[in-house]
Amino acid sequence: MKKISMAVVFLFMVASLLICGLNSELRAEDVVKLQGAGATFPAPLYYKWFKAYSAAHKGVQVDYQSVGSGSGIKSAIDKTVDFAASDAAMTKEDMAKIEGGVQLLPVTAGSIVLSYNLEGIKDLKLPRDVYPDIFLGKITKWNDAKIAAANPGVKLPDMPINVVERSDGSGTTFVFSKHLSAISKEFEEKVGFKTTVNWPVGTRSKGNEGVTASIKTTPGAIGYIEYGFAMSQKMPMATLQNKSGGFVAASTASGQATLSTIKLPEDLIVWDSDPVGKEDYPIVTFTWLICYKHYADAKKADIIRDLLNYCLTDGQKDAEALGYIPLPADVAKKVAASIGNIK
Amino acid sequence: MDNNIAQPPTRLQQTYDVIFRGVCRSSAVLTALLVAFIVIKITVAAMPAMRQYGVNFVTTTTWDPLTRNFGILPEIWGTLFTSFLALIVGTFFGVAAAIFLSEGLLGQFIFAVLKAVKMETNPFLSQLPDRLEGIIKNLIELLAAIPSVVYGLWGIFILIPMIRPACNWLCAKLGWVVFFGTPLSGPGVLPAVIVLSIMILPTITAISRDALVAVPPKLRMAAYGMGATRWETILAVILPVATRGIAGAVILAFGRALGETMALAMLVGNANKISLSLFSPANTLASLLANNFPEAGPQEVSVLMYASLVLLAITLVVNIIGAWMLQKAVGVGGGR
Repeated sequence: MKKISMAVVFLFMVASLLICGLNSELRAEDVVKLQGAGATFPAPLYYKWFKAYSAAHKGVQVDYQSVGSGSGIKSAIDKTVDFAASDAAMTKEDMAKIEGGVQLLPVTAGSIVLSYNLEGIKDLKLPRDVYPDIFLGKITKWNDAKIAAANPGVKLPDMPINVVERSDGSGTTFVFSKHLSAISKEFEEKVGFKTTVNWPVGTRSKGNEGVTASIKTTPGAIGYIEYGFAMSQKMPMATLQNKSGGFVAASTASGQATLSTIKLPEDLIVWDSDPVGKEDYPIVTFTWLICYKHYADAKKADIIRDLLNYCLTDGQKDAEALGYIPLPADVAKKVAASIGNIK
Repeated sequence: MDNNIAQPPTRLQQTYDVIFRGVCRSSAVLTALLVAFIVIKITVAAMPAMRQYGVNFVTTTTWDPLTRNFGILPEIWGTLFTSFLALIVGTFFGVAAAIFLSEGLLGQFIFAVLKAVKMETNPFLSQLPDRLEGIIKNLIELLAAIPSVVYGLWGIFILIPMIRPACNWLCAKLGWVVFFGTPLSGPGVLPAVIVLSIMILPTITAISRDALVAVPPKLRMAAYGMGATRWETILAVILPVATRGIAGAVILAFGRALGETMALAMLVGNANKISLSLFSPANTLASLLANNFPEAGPQEVSVLMYASLVLLAITLVVNIIGAWMLQKAVGVGGGR
């Protein structure tokens, strides 16, 4: 009896050793690992994509670290990653630092919304001459005549406006301050646009989640957050006035309306900081994947091209559920045409 | 074997000795080297910014990456202001708790209660006074184990909504007092100070209690023998003798307060303002660093390194002043 059980244990050990050996062989030779890093804003969507892609393709493992756009660009320049991601695209200066060149591809897009905390007020309209002044500290009360004029029938409280901004550098701040600079001369002169700007008023919190928490707990607060985040947290969002005078609420449709009016240039880097269409939501931005134009490993280049194709076709179906704006078909087509630049 | 007490050390023991001494020495040297290494690395990284901005960096108030104007006076002010206020609150409550725990006040009360119900000789209940004191001491020390981010969340979701009405009432009624000059919108100095004082409380209580317990019982007996009341004994005899330990606790706590990052980044408001108002948002150096590092470009990193060097310098100066004050205090009190 004892002998038999010993033999069984021995056999089992041999078998497991064999399996382990086979496994590690597969690991070492056949698995291609792609390492990406960058923007936090599209990270939930990227995680979903890369997980689905890795699961569907044996021997491919795509990892992504959401370390922030700035760090993403840095690692792209240092070549410590296979691809990077950025909300603020990349400056010509930075692109020139990369030997062989980079290809930036907008793979998804998102809106930025103004969320607020006013008890009992579900619909708030903010005209385009009002919200830049709120962030400049010129309009300080919720019952200001200018806000009241745009919201007839809404009982606005006699309360100070508590402005909340991002304290950390972020693509969200970049896009929002770029938009404010586009619609307000004064904002452009006094503040300007960058991933961190010197806001004249308000308190600052870290990350979308920090800003959201501050808005939630502060009566009379207003702040800018990503649409997907606001949606998942069920935050009230202000209806904003666009260039042609229409008041538009943030939604997938209004975001797509904006995207379809944007003309993509050759390098695919573009913002429309003040869209003209009547149905266009005013603050919409692409977010980019940064790929090298030349990969030393041909296998890697193949996989990246295939991965990008997946993102731009099947992947787009996941975007809306996570609060991102799926690229309009013609935009996706144009972006897909540039995949060929990656070799 | 066992009766050879006066045996010379064996080879093995000697080797142990040498190794042990070596390990101790190299650990001490390594620690010192590590500090030096960190300071040198930061200084080298900060060099470009130091050359470019010089003294203006610590005397101007704008932080604007866009125009490349960097000044950290508001952050220096915020760091010192919040830490100092937290230290006052934390020391008061921390030392009070330490006295309570070291003087056996709780034990006596429970003993009195037990005596009243005639249970003081019960073998289990008679241990209760000591046990309860131990539990309270451990609970206070447990505060130190709570992660910083939990304190931050607690501050945002519970503390701020709780204190806001009182703060805004104070601002409306007593707005002319400089400390109540602005309304509290959300994050600000006061929530930061309250949370910070709770965070440093365990440090102060634990070390102060040890210092108070270490006061020789003879002194207490002598004070009572000379007719001093308990109050007089605590204030005039026990506290002065324990000064050194308590001051050590306070300095340690101040160091912790200066460097605290996460909870403050969440609660202080991160606005570059210099204001005496307790309800105004402010910023601290550690929070500035935490917020700006992830997205900083190469040039900004140098600026941030300069800021961390300033924070290091502040901590060093505080420690030196603390050590100096300690020596003074001991000199006056006669030491022990």
